[in-house]
Amino acid sequence: MEALWLSMKLAACVAAILLAIGMPVAYWLAYSNWRGKFLLESLVALPLVLPPTVLGFYALVAMGPRGPLGKLWIALFGHGLAFTFSGLILASVLYSFPFAVQPLVASFEGVDRRLLDASAVLGAGSSRTFCRVILPLSLPGVVTAAVLSFAHTLGEFGVVLMVGGNLAGVTRTVSIDIYDRVQSLEYGEANRMALVLLTISFSVLCVVYAVNRRVWTPWPAK
Amino acid sequence: MAGEVNATILTARIRKERRGAGASSFILDVSIEASPGITILFGPSGAGKSTLLDSVAGLARPDEGRIVAGGDVLFDSARGIDVPAPKRRTAYVFQTLALFPHLSAEENVSYGLMDLQEEERRKRVEAILKAFRVEKLRRQRPAEISGGEKQRIALARSLVTEPRVLLLDEPLTGLDAELKASIVDDLCAWNAAKGIPILYVTHSREEVHALGERVIALDNGRVVSAGAPTDVLDAPRRKKLAQAAGFENMLSATVLDLREADGVMRVRLGESACEIEVPLGYAAAGHRVQVAVRAGDILLATERPHGLSARNVMDGRIISLEQRGTMVIARVDCGVIFVVHVTPGAVRALELTAGRRVWLVLKTHSCHLVE
Repeated sequence: MEALWLSMKLAACVAAILLAIGMPVAYWLAYSNWRGKFLLESLVALPLVLPPTVLGFYALVAMGPRGPLGKLWIALFGHGLAFTFSGLILASVLYSFPFAVQPLVASFEGVDRRLLDASAVLGAGSSRTFCRVILPLSLPGVVTAAVLSFAHTLGEFGVVLMVGGNLAGVTRTVSIDIYDRVQSLEYGEANRMALVLLTISFSVLCVVYAVNRRVWTPWPAK
Repeated sequence: MAGEVNATILTARIRKERRGAGASSFILDVSIEASPGITILFGPSGAGKSTLLDSVAGLARPDEGRIVAGGDVLFDSARGIDVPAPKRRTAYVFQTLALFPHLSAEENVSYGLMDLQEEERRKRVEAILKAFRVEKLRRQRPAEISGGEKQRIALARSLVTEPRVLLLDEPLTGLDAELKASIVDDLCAWNAAKGIPILYVTHSREEVHALGERVIALDNGRVVSAGAPTDVLDAPRRKKLAQAAGFENMLSATVLDLREADGVMRVRLGESACEIEVPLGYAAAGHRVQVAVRAGDILLATERPHGLSARNVMDGRIISLEQRGTMVIARVDCGVIFVVHVTPGAVRALELTAGRRVWLVLKTHSCHLVE
């Protein structure tokens, strides 16, 4: 149960951080006219196609005591980043980035441009337009982004194994725990954890699809 | 600048090029002036009306020009002035209205008043909802409100901010005449006290006659005429209209015979020997009619074409070729002069030159009778 709790904590932190970072990135991707935008788009989507071990490997190298991130971290906090919970969060944020950004971009782009024009003509600057028009109308996308980054983090394995190792209570998440138990032939225990994960993942996806099919919405469609 | 004589006049000189593939590039090059009251911008779609409004509102940036409203310079390319849209105090009602779907009517209307005190804001919202007779709908969302009332709310939302210019982009399309008239009455009543210039875009003749004190007709990015509605639309009535709708060829013709079973008639163009088939109109043999043809609807061939479904093939000679942007304007003498639009690529591929013999192909239904 400790592993499950750890996974939940990790996923919640990552989802919160991703929403905070993802929104400005998504805003820029949705509204910028810069021709080189595809570069950032590709970068954001990279974790979708990269094997988790590759991402985990580079994250580990960067976080190691001789890596740039690791050095910085040691200078700031006096201890290394690899094989810690913070390191795990950092790697997971990278790994789940597209799952947060892409739904946000899609929903920002889905907002009628004329509504943004209307807001501007009525005297609202871009931050007010974002808070009062774009964000409320993108709520399904925000929910999707939060839920998907949560679920995706919950289920990750490769990156966690590379960056976090397998320290009980610190970096042993539920997916690693299940792997461990299978290795030591504790099938009953593994099954119990796996079922919990399965149930959570399924419910979470139900939320995403229901929100996007507008099974329930905060306001009637136009 | 209070006290200035032209305090409430809008003047705009705008040049804006829209680059696009092939025929989609387009140049807006206009200079207009609007005094208090309604000025109609009339013209076919694609004439540049919306680009003009967007430029005044600050949503589109002209390549060059100068926009002055109520004595304040909103845009001046020469002096590098470009006041951002939120600071221009122009009100704009879009064709789609663009009411915020997640806000109630009242919240929509008060959207532009966020810098005011609660008290003042409520008072203003109250007054404008009443002036446009929508005070009962304050709690409804746009999705729950009927078409005409949405238009009223959109007007209220933009006027409550006390703008110095009102821009209306076909805001009343799709409403019946009575409803339209009542909304326009309320708008005029409101403006009687405020006296701001209102630019009203439409492509409907009825609206021009119903609203217009002044009309500016736009076509293909240029002002083609300006004045009172009757001057602009009626003299000589249909010809101007047809030209405003983008017909480069206006040919007078004599009806030779009617073929009612086929829904066509044959006409002779001008004094020439050139005969073409056009859709059947209310005319009898011997009548004079006007035939309008778009330059882009005519095909040009360097050999006599055959096996075509098009009924009209005329031979002639190229008089001149003139490149304008990404389009070449060919003038072809077939006994009467036709203006034909071709692409620069076609000119090269067909080796078109002045004096060359060519054939023009014209579908019956590309010929429009305007009289």
